[in-house]
Amino acid sequence: MDDRRTPLARARGLGSAKEGVHHWWAQRLTAIALIPLVVWFAISLVMLSGAEYQVVRAWIGSPLVMVMLILTIGVGLHHGQLGLQVVWEDYTDGALRVVMIVVTKFLAVLFGLGAIVAILRIGFGG
Amino acid sequence: MSVANRPVHRPLSPHLQIYKWQLTSVLSIFHRATGIALAVGALYLALWVICATSPHAYSYFQSFNTSLLGRFVLGGWLFSAFYHLCNGIRHLFWDAGYGFELKDAYRSGWIVVVVSLLATLASWVVGLRLI
Repeated sequence: MDDRRTPLARARGLGSAKEGVHHWWAQRLTAIALIPLVVWFAISLVMLSGAEYQVVRAWIGSPLVMVMLILTIGVGLHHGQLGLQVVWEDYTDGALRVVMIVVTKFLAVLFGLGAIVAILRIGFGG
Repeated sequence: MSVANRPVHRPLSPHLQIYKWQLTSVLSIFHRATGIALAVGALYLALWVICATSPHAYSYFQSFNTSLLGRFVLGGWLFSAFYHLCNGIRHLFWDAGYGFELKDAYRSGWIVVVVSLLATLASWVVGLRLI
């Protein structure tokens, strides 16, 4: 370390990215949206217990379910990656922190897009 | 060593090992733990939909879901979802500025425990009867 600044000067130099409020607000908005979505999905999941493949496929492909499923997976993954980002920020440092946050965000987008394409394919008969 | 680089030994606040267990902190830890589980669960949910595009992939997926471990994962997902949902609503009330009194925080905490456990039990009973 060749830093001759005082700890206070170093903290001041880091400054703020001014993104905290957006993160906080997005986490709350997605939380509110997930209240009805998770209740709907949990009930659906329980009712589908033991269902045959064709029944599950037909269920995923019905118009209302397609919309609700895409919303649940999309909003859920967004809320989840916002939350995991905070977990990484709390428990990791330096390069590992950056790598894990990037991996988390990439996985959320990859699985989200994969699921949306799958739902559309089932719904529109691919 | 210059003044700037000398480590500053400030007093630390009590941490997990020496802090007395109490409902509020346990529920907070559970909120984070179930949140992490649900984030992984959301990937699993996405995988479920992706596997549903092919009967072959779906039968693989279902053979795990119907195993003992699979039942445990799905049952655990239901508990995590109900708990994180109930406690999340509690958090939203705090965000809006309500329920910060110690008495209210404990009351809402116990409501979360009871409601999420009842919802979990009901979902397990209905789900297992349908299998």
